[in-house]
Amino acid sequence: MRVLGIETSCDETAAAVYDSERGLLAHRLYSQVELHAEYGGVVPELASRDHIRKLLPIVDEVLSESNSGPDDIDGIAYTAGPGLIGALMVGTSFGRSLAWSWGKPAVAVHHMEGHLLAPMLEDNPPPFPFVALLVSGGHSQLVDVRGVGDYRLMGESVDDAAGEAFDKTAKLLDLPYPGGPALSSLAESGRPDRYRFPRPMTDRPGLDMSFSGLKTFALNTLKDAIAQHGDPLPEQIRADIALAFEQALVETLAIKCRRAIRESGHQRLILAGGVSANTRLRSHMREIMEKEQIEVRYPRLEFCTDNGAMIAYAGWQRLRKGAHENLSFRPKPRWPLNE
Amino acid sequence: MRLLAIDTASHICSVALMIDGEILLEEADLPQGHSDIVLEMADRLLRRGGLASPRELDGVAFGRGPGSFTGLRIAAGVTQGIAYGGNLPVAPVSNLAALALRAMNDLGATKILPALDARMGEVYWAGYQSSGDASLQLSMEEEVRAPGLVATPQDAGWIGVGEGWRGYGETLRERCGDYLERVEENLNGSAREIALLAAPILANGLGLAPQQALPVYLRNDVARKPGKNPLR
Repeated sequence: MRVLGIETSCDETAAAVYDSERGLLAHRLYSQVELHAEYGGVVPELASRDHIRKLLPIVDEVLSESNSGPDDIDGIAYTAGPGLIGALMVGTSFGRSLAWSWGKPAVAVHHMEGHLLAPMLEDNPPPFPFVALLVSGGHSQLVDVRGVGDYRLMGESVDDAAGEAFDKTAKLLDLPYPGGPALSSLAESGRPDRYRFPRPMTDRPGLDMSFSGLKTFALNTLKDAIAQHGDPLPEQIRADIALAFEQALVETLAIKCRRAIRESGHQRLILAGGVSANTRLRSHMREIMEKEQIEVRYPRLEFCTDNGAMIAYAGWQRLRKGAHENLSFRPKPRWPLNE
Repeated sequence: MRLLAIDTASHICSVALMIDGEILLEEADLPQGHSDIVLEMADRLLRRGGLASPRELDGVAFGRGPGSFTGLRIAAGVTQGIAYGGNLPVAPVSNLAALALRAMNDLGATKILPALDARMGEVYWAGYQSSGDASLQLSMEEEVRAPGLVATPQDAGWIGVGEGWRGYGETLRERCGDYLERVEENLNGSAREIALLAAPILANGLGLAPQQALPVYLRNDVARKPGKNPLR
């Protein structure tokens, strides 16, 4: 079975062709990062306007590259949510209409299910069950994954997503958008233990998370540092603060993951979502989990962030079980994972 | 020629199928629900018209704006999907022109000022004149502007049409003065007018490639620069 996957939920326009016999045949992504950079964050209307210009050429490329015509494609999968409604609408309207034209089944895919299943695109996919940590600019969730379609939300952020905290703190540090990677690279020259940030919601049981306090703590820390060292702050001090912030966020996530693993009894942890590309997060998580004989897996870098391959794969998993949409293509900007 | 036309620019969702000059139309007033019904409407029309698949069409037309941004992208996305799927040419049609054509056909108007509500205190605005051969000519460029600042006609006998005249009628009447003959604010354009305007374009081989099925928003200042770093 061969599936075309389409992803337009936020600021990446992506498409891919997945074949259940031959694996991933083609995937393409156009990132809007530069478009949104001057606004310091994703502008939903600009994102939608860009998707409608870029999607069709990208779909055309992956179909050509995989030598797939209408007769070769067995179904079309598109992200229907969660995400920005206008952005989602571009992918759902195009994807559903193309499927109608070709007389092929269409399937609406949950964006987070795509992320959960992204590690399955690798040559040596992790067996079920596992705990997945989904961390991105829009989400921070711990999910108990027992099989395709069998998901239980164990905990999530009650306020800002982890990636959002990264971006907002980076902005305080005058770093360019997107701030997460820039903050991490600044943190590399930071000196440990010069500053100490709290580990929010770790002093009580539970798997929910909170990251908005870290951003406020960063603001106050920077104010104090400026009072002491002057404005602009010396580069070394900025780096020290960046490191302290990153360590606090990473360690908080690790504490929550260890709890989730213990609670579930599973032997495997999957990291997914844009923040899972963070090298400090990856290495710290491995270190913590190895002590407990827990295997840590993550998809290759390009499949950590939003992509079409994970949507094509998740779509195939749905289609093979007979799922298909009627002619409606209404997006679901808020869509609980277990619905 | 077999042409499908889609209009989701306003709260009304309409789809038309034109086969050799005959038009079948489906219309529904369902704000926020266009994504639920637009393909169902198209599917029913194809059955009524005896077409087995959208790939049997000769072209796809759509209301490219101005109008609701999301609505325009629904029409563009659906058009791209159908046109790419069937390797068909597309014809983007102005929603102001569609409204003007409706005024020409239904009211016999020859000088037409279509106005659509652009929100934020502005209207989408243009001027159209029909010549003797019953075709429409754009005589005042499409614009988005405060009703007190729109371009104005230079001679008498103009008819104002569309819901933009409902919200901003007083200011627009004042602006046009004696050159305005009358106003019909309850007139809407639909996929029927989109089809009528697109047919000669497609028949003359002037249709565009599917990826050229893009909205024309008119309003392009849609993003604000970020706030300052709260530290500064």
